[in-house]
Amino acid sequence: MHALLPSRRAFLQSSGLVLGLALPMRGAAKAAATAVPFAPNAFVRVSTDNLVTVIIKHIEMGQGPATGLATILADEMDADWSQIRVEFAPANDPLYKNLAFGTMGTGGSSAMSNSWMQMRNAGASARAMLAEAGARRWGVPVSAVKVSKGVVSSGTHKASFGELAADAAGLKPPEKPILKTPDQWTLIGTDLTKVDSATKTDGSAMFTMDIRRPGMVHTAILHPPAFGGKASKVVDAAALAVPGVLAVKTLPQGVVVYAKDSYSAMKGRAALDVTWDLSAAETRTSEQLYNTFAEAASQPGNKVEASGDVAAALKGAAKTIEATYLFPYLAHAPMEPMDAVIEMKGGKLDVWMGSQFQVGELGAICATLGVKPEDAALHEQYAGGSFGRRVTPLMEFAVEAASAFKAYGGAAPVKHVWMRENDIRGGRYRPLTVHKVRGGIDAAGNVVGWEQVAAAQSFFKNTPMEAMGIQKGIDDSITEGLADAYHFPNSYIGQHIMEGGVPTLWWRSVGNTHTAYVMETFLDELLALGGKDAVAGRRALMKEARLKAVLSKVAEIADWGGKVAAGRARGVAAWKSFGSYVAQIAEVSVGPEGVPKVHKVWCAVDCGIPINPNVIRAQIEGGIGYGLGHALYSEVVLGEGGVVQQGNFDSYRSLRIGEMPAVEVAIIKSTESPTGIGEPGLPPAAPAVANAWRKLTGKTVRRLPFIHGDNA
Amino acid sequence: MATDFTLNGKPTRFDGDPETPLLWVLRDHLGLTGTKYGCGVAQCGACTVHLDGKSRRSCVTPVSTVAGKNVTTIEGVEGKTAEAVQSAWVAIDVPQCGFCQSGQVMSAIALLAQKKRVTDEDIDNAMAGNICRCATYVRIRQAIHDASAKLGA
Repeated sequence: MHALLPSRRAFLQSSGLVLGLALPMRGAAKAAATAVPFAPNAFVRVSTDNLVTVIIKHIEMGQGPATGLATILADEMDADWSQIRVEFAPANDPLYKNLAFGTMGTGGSSAMSNSWMQMRNAGASARAMLAEAGARRWGVPVSAVKVSKGVVSSGTHKASFGELAADAAGLKPPEKPILKTPDQWTLIGTDLTKVDSATKTDGSAMFTMDIRRPGMVHTAILHPPAFGGKASKVVDAAALAVPGVLAVKTLPQGVVVYAKDSYSAMKGRAALDVTWDLSAAETRTSEQLYNTFAEAASQPGNKVEASGDVAAALKGAAKTIEATYLFPYLAHAPMEPMDAVIEMKGGKLDVWMGSQFQVGELGAICATLGVKPEDAALHEQYAGGSFGRRVTPLMEFAVEAASAFKAYGGAAPVKHVWMRENDIRGGRYRPLTVHKVRGGIDAAGNVVGWEQVAAAQSFFKNTPMEAMGIQKGIDDSITEGLADAYHFPNSYIGQHIMEGGVPTLWWRSVGNTHTAYVMETFLDELLALGGKDAVAGRRALMKEARLKAVLSKVAEIADWGGKVAAGRARGVAAWKSFGSYVAQIAEVSVGPEGVPKVHKVWCAVDCGIPINPNVIRAQIEGGIGYGLGHALYSEVVLGEGGVVQQGNFDSYRSLRIGEMPAVEVAIIKSTESPTGIGEPGLPPAAPAVANAWRKLTGKTVRRLPFIHGDNA
Repeated sequence: MATDFTLNGKPTRFDGDPETPLLWVLRDHLGLTGTKYGCGVAQCGACTVHLDGKSRRSCVTPVSTVAGKNVTTIEGVEGKTAEAVQSAWVAIDVPQCGFCQSGQVMSAIALLAQKKRVTDEDIDNAMAGNICRCATYVRIRQAIHDASAKLGA
């Protein structure tokens, strides 16, 4: 999500969004339940059959927190990795809030950083209590007790965690548990196998879409063809005539068909005849939006940062270049579309979701249904991807699902699922963005001036997060990172918050998806124009030592400056986001469609203490693939009347296996506190490829995706 | 009209609209939810099953067309090739979100069942219909090579 995250806490406390949720929700006491003998804190339980269950407060959507959080706790506890199980936390802010947000939620690549000390303390506390239990049982001092791989021992005495669980339960947790020193870690920093790989390989892992309840009704929803439209007339006779269709209801969000199964619901939806009122809809096309935004970006806008006298510097420069960059709307398109299952029984509400904003979403569902939070329980499921999509300031999907449930009368459990077309056309896109940039070098090739103005909608606007996300007319996400990377003697960074009716959202790595692309490609051009090497030239301008270090590292592992195969070229880019430093070098040739064929990406990453290098490498691989796929092939285009032109993976093109480069990752052995890894792998990928492409073909790509006709 | 077929080795009957895609028969009517919905138009491969041993996108397969045939889903897949593929998958932690992985695994098994020794090009061709939005492709490729090696290719 967003660099401004710490202040989100203040917002959540003041906005009233989570009012009433201070009350524990149903199931909230589960972690402290006495059903298992030893539950020393909210994060760990030990059963007599010697299983250690770690409670995971973050959504597991593929980015690996279930494994990462369990690793931290298990290490401090000295549990054996094979005895570790994981379970998702119930919706409960007092116990499970994201310490960076003040409420439960996942974003901004913050799972490890906010949980680091919390999980260490939870594990160390459990370990101390088990050690004390052993000491008491055997009548030896605690100092004579060892704990290793789930076994407590002293001389010839020996007991498993499970055997000591009941004893330990009667003890008081230490006030300040003693944490390990880094040299004592046995799991942190190792390539542990992920906790969910097996069940995600044999089909048994449960996602929201897999939930089945007795008497459950399936829905399919038809949304308006343009954002802001409303159904004005619904002819549903044909839909109701479809066997299996149970009802049709019109909501402010769209028209919902209820049926006995998914296929009947879809058939019913196809048979609907709806007239839409588009009088309040966003009807502009993408081209019109680009023109309007570009016009704005030719003016200075609101100042984000300025140094020296950029106008004079550019005027006096030996050479200048300028460019306009266009970035399209992008859908997140997680493999599992948005979905939820809601059931009401005997006054108790049960919700199954892969929620990324647990307390907020359950609260929104409660508010929609008029249910008290203490009567509601969230059953968190694995989420089939998100990339930012499953947490929205207005929680519209949760509200839509609750509204669909309510409209049916509340008597039957309802599974509300978006079809892929709902997802691609459903908005909350990465914002369409225009950047205008001018740069100049002196006779010696030094960058003397840099002026950059961005224009985009703000996804904070008209939400309860506006006061937090937009300060003094600046939405930091629009110009994220631009003022942080390099020293330019004369510079100006500005931005315009544009009006628009298309709902937008953070999208894996947020503003860095475009800011890094502009800065890293345009700087590359300026350096080349001045006869400077792309690596040495960047290093000379970089503000931070850790960014320089990853750049040097990637140059080393890729043998930058070495021989490159005929018909290929290499490009480099480096970017810091979410506290982590990443540099990448891409090797490309001309692919069959006239766009880059990316053969390999080398990457160096510094994300603080590497908790699980295996997960870090996986997130870098995934971040590169997600970044490249969209940069090369994907866009959501508003056509005539503001109608989205794409609808499924046949038109919203996704990266496929033959288009994925090989990836080699070097992880810096850092001793800094852990920072993000879900997002930081993405920003440098596309500019590294663009820089290689320019070297190879002389073409600058300023309109994304690469495959867009304008780049031919 | 009822449709009879063999599902994971067992005789199975579906008594409903014969046009119903196999995917929804499996998921909604038979409770086999390992096979996933991702697009509904044979673009993503999340719904891949085996029909008489060959990869098939169940989201565009009317159940009537599998009458008398053998359908295998992720829940029922077995044998040397399946074991090699699934253990290779787990050994290098291929899945991220995991939602597409049943389909990936089914396509990989079908590939290696047909051709034990595979090139990168074979993998590109056989797996091109399976999208992974998490882009676990590096590891999918590696796992298929590992499974191939284990099968003695």
